[in-house]
Amino acid sequence: MTQLLLEQALNGLQFGLMLFLLAAGLTLVFGIMDCINLAHGSLYMVGAYFVAAAAQAADSFWIGLGAGVAAAAVLGLLLEVALFRRLYQRDHLSQVLATFALILIANEAVRLIWGPAPLMLNPPESLAGPVEIGNFFYPAYRLVIIAFGVAVAALLYLLVAKSRVGMWVRAGAANREMTEALGINVRALFTAVFVFGAALCALAGGLLGPLLAVQVGMGESVLILAFVVIIIGGIGSIRGALVGSLIVGTVDTLGRALLPTLLRAILPADAASTLGPALASILIYLLMAGILFFKPQGLFPSRA
Amino acid sequence: MPLRLTALATALMFAGSALAADRIKVGFVSTLSGPGAGLGVDIRDGFNLAMKQMGGKLGGIPTEVIIADDQQKPEVAQQISEKFLKKDKVDLMTGIVFSNIMLAVGPAVFESKTFYISANAGPSQYAGEQCNPFFFNVAWQNDNLHEAVGKVVQDKGFKNVVIVTPNYPGGKDAVSGFKRYYQGKVAEEVYTKLGQLDYAAELAQIRSIKPDALFFFLPGGMGINFVKQFVAAGLSRDTQLFAPGFSADEDVIKAVGAPMMGMFNSSHWAHDMENAENKRFVAEFEKEYKRLPSLYASQGYDAALMMDAAVRDVKGKVEDKAALQKALEAKRFKSVRGDFRFNSNHYPVQNYYLRVIGKDGEGRITNRTMGTIFTNHADAYVAQCKMK
Amino acid sequence: MAFYRPAAWQKPLSLALLCALLALPTGLEALGQEFYIGFATRVLIFALAATSLNLVLGFGGMVSLGHAAFFGTGAYVAAICEQAGIAEALLAFPLAMAAAGLLALAVGAISLRTRGVYFIMITLAFAQMAYYLFVSARAWGGDDGLSLSRRMTLAGFSLASDTALFFAALAALTATMLLFGRLADARFGRALQAIRENETRMEALGYPVFRYRLVAFALGGALAGLAGALLANQTGLASPGLLQWTQSGTLLVMVIIGGVGYLYGGVVGAVVLLMLEETLVGFTEHWHIVLGLLLLGVVLFAPRGVAALFGKRHG
Repeated sequence: MTQLLLEQALNGLQFGLMLFLLAAGLTLVFGIMDCINLAHGSLYMVGAYFVAAAAQAADSFWIGLGAGVAAAAVLGLLLEVALFRRLYQRDHLSQVLATFALILIANEAVRLIWGPAPLMLNPPESLAGPVEIGNFFYPAYRLVIIAFGVAVAALLYLLVAKSRVGMWVRAGAANREMTEALGINVRALFTAVFVFGAALCALAGGLLGPLLAVQVGMGESVLILAFVVIIIGGIGSIRGALVGSLIVGTVDTLGRALLPTLLRAILPADAASTLGPALASILIYLLMAGILFFKPQGLFPSRA
Repeated sequence: MPLRLTALATALMFAGSALAADRIKVGFVSTLSGPGAGLGVDIRDGFNLAMKQMGGKLGGIPTEVIIADDQQKPEVAQQISEKFLKKDKVDLMTGIVFSNIMLAVGPAVFESKTFYISANAGPSQYAGEQCNPFFFNVAWQNDNLHEAVGKVVQDKGFKNVVIVTPNYPGGKDAVSGFKRYYQGKVAEEVYTKLGQLDYAAELAQIRSIKPDALFFFLPGGMGINFVKQFVAAGLSRDTQLFAPGFSADEDVIKAVGAPMMGMFNSSHWAHDMENAENKRFVAEFEKEYKRLPSLYASQGYDAALMMDAAVRDVKGKVEDKAALQKALEAKRFKSVRGDFRFNSNHYPVQNYYLRVIGKDGEGRITNRTMGTIFTNHADAYVAQCKMK
Repeated sequence: MAFYRPAAWQKPLSLALLCALLALPTGLEALGQEFYIGFATRVLIFALAATSLNLVLGFGGMVSLGHAAFFGTGAYVAAICEQAGIAEALLAFPLAMAAAGLLALAVGAISLRTRGVYFIMITLAFAQMAYYLFVSARAWGGDDGLSLSRRMTLAGFSLASDTALFFAALAALTATMLLFGRLADARFGRALQAIRENETRMEALGYPVFRYRLVAFALGGALAGLAGALLANQTGLASPGLLQWTQSGTLLVMVIIGGVGYLYGGVVGAVVLLMLEETLVGFTEHWHIVLGLLLLGVVLFAPRGVAALFGKRHG
């Protein structure tokens, strides 16, 4: 039983850390530029496609990952300059609609370029097997994902908490006008934040590609979770994004794993197996509502 | 004056019915995107290959095939079906991969008296109580391939089995089919979500049960991910994998590769079957599409052949529904799987074979036929069907 | 303050349009295009759904990404009624409206206590919760949705024929537009728009802002439920996809394209969007790109939508 729990906890950690990659970019864009970006999931999808295409072309996962992330960063740059810059001053509704339009365009464009069937992305040969942990085996690749997630979290912590750029970012999240008045090149800062967010999305998409599937519409479902994470964590806070994603990741995974077992005591097998994941999903939203009730700005609000 | 007009009109009416249709329309709706896309694409490619070989004609009559993607969503499939039936006024329909979509689309198709030749979905509902003269299945009834695996697992003496299947009509048919022939203990029935891709939670659960065999039915992308993750989690060391042919055919093999070697599966068709039609089919398919056909492709191919034979039989008069039905039932075409016949519920009665994944003569990882599991096997629901 | 005030020629135009619609089924049949009666019905249903959102968003200023939950609930309640043997629309439709309206009341009571992006996110969350609830209920079809074995009857008349359902949908839409028109002019409508423009001032003036908003939210939800019930009859299926946030997005798009805050914004938007889909699909299966670009264009350059070209909002 403890082995099962340990394995599920690792799964939750892996899921949570990947969510963190998405949520980090989203919370920064939202917190600093006050921009709702529904197309964040599309950046994740396009990033995954770039990685898969590059990996197939170069016949190497790592080269594909690097190239894909770089390509996504470039795309992010183009999008920011061409479109998002115009949205920062607009109201939330306009941002919702413009980014929703982007989702439509992105899904169709991906279908146009790579076809409707999913793309194959395989992990590197060396990582395709299991690793021995204590007395059980755990997929090596998932451990690598966890490692990546921890590394990015550490990097972001150093960047945001300890560097000058990070200070600007935090200042911008807390009070944009003041930061501008103090002479910081806010425009360049915004662009940098957006591009960084896009790169993180692509990294998450590329890392998860071998586990899931690189397919059209893969961004929509994960986008909602990312929003839930940043609402729970507090908009504009990296720390909040990390804590929020770990909470959401663990609750979702453990819920999906344990609830069916609990429910099976009362209901037939297939009912328990449907209700379990459904309840686990609803649990996350209830959690969000509950946290908002006590802390309306999330767990770690960046704005005073 | 009115009498002459009436006479003229009547003459024209009869003249119209005496002439054969000058064009046949086939509505092809299938899953061409998402994780299930591989299946629909194969069925479509098999169907198109047959059409190409017949010069784009069914029964000698030029045929228009309208292809649409249901995106694995019942409501989209319904909209497409409505368009086929009411706007395009198709004569025949085919293509659907998933049984839940078939069940959603079926009623409207049957009500419009249009024949549906299923190249994949074989729900138990249409084999038994809800059987319908307008529904034909040229592949199998959903349970059949699972029944075959059940028998194999039983015969091989495994005692502690876990079943993994998605929670939809096809999945439930899989479980009931398997359990009809496997008499041992089922430690756990794990139901996943249709379209689910990450099985970490389920695999952890399976690991804690320590089964000696695992029977899974996860068509398309779902199966690919499951097998990859199963092997990555180290579970393949202790647990033997069994699956129906759906989860062990060319699409999955190409994606997973070597880790699948040694996996047993059941099928009504294999590409190494020796009959002339199959040899031609496999060779042409490889030439045209640069890959080996899967069982889905063989089913799409057979569906086209079946339509061709029937249209030829009624000499193109597809409006004569009774005649067309008889022609379809007569099954006057040579299938690539060898001989079979239709049961009273319009499902096939045929053999099922054991296949194993290994290396073929050219060193490719693919299926190899090992033996026959069932001979002239009918589905378990035909008794409940009131059609004679 | 930018209140909605209809242009002078709006009433005669709407009347002419109504007459044209009444004659539409016969006309289509004469042309041998019966398939398009079903299409026209679909347009009417979505026009109703979009109008209900327009009430919430356009007039009430509430950006709700959860409206699909009420749309889908209406469809499911209608399907459940039919399954339970209630085949009379005059019973089932009000039930669907009541269920959707009550759900909207509950959701609104909680969500309207938040502001800005939190409101958007909470409505989104509630829509997702409703989706998971319906999807997990196996008695209601789960992932496949709940089918209706046959269409309902309206006051005894069967809606099985496409033409009959068309008229039922037309009646529902006409009634809604009449109601909407009266509301917009009445104190309720004016107060609602004023709250949208300047909430603080209205609060200071002593208006029960929360209550006005809640009523609008619930009413919008109920009307969406009616549209859902009609859609369930049209397609014969209440599918969980109707409850997803992407469906909310589609309704939002209709309202924006049509014109936020204009009486006919929802109607125009639904017509434009569905006709665009129908025509473009013939040219390319990638018509979503065109739609996306159009939407971007509207947001960036014509944020008031198509109807803005015809109506006026006076300062």
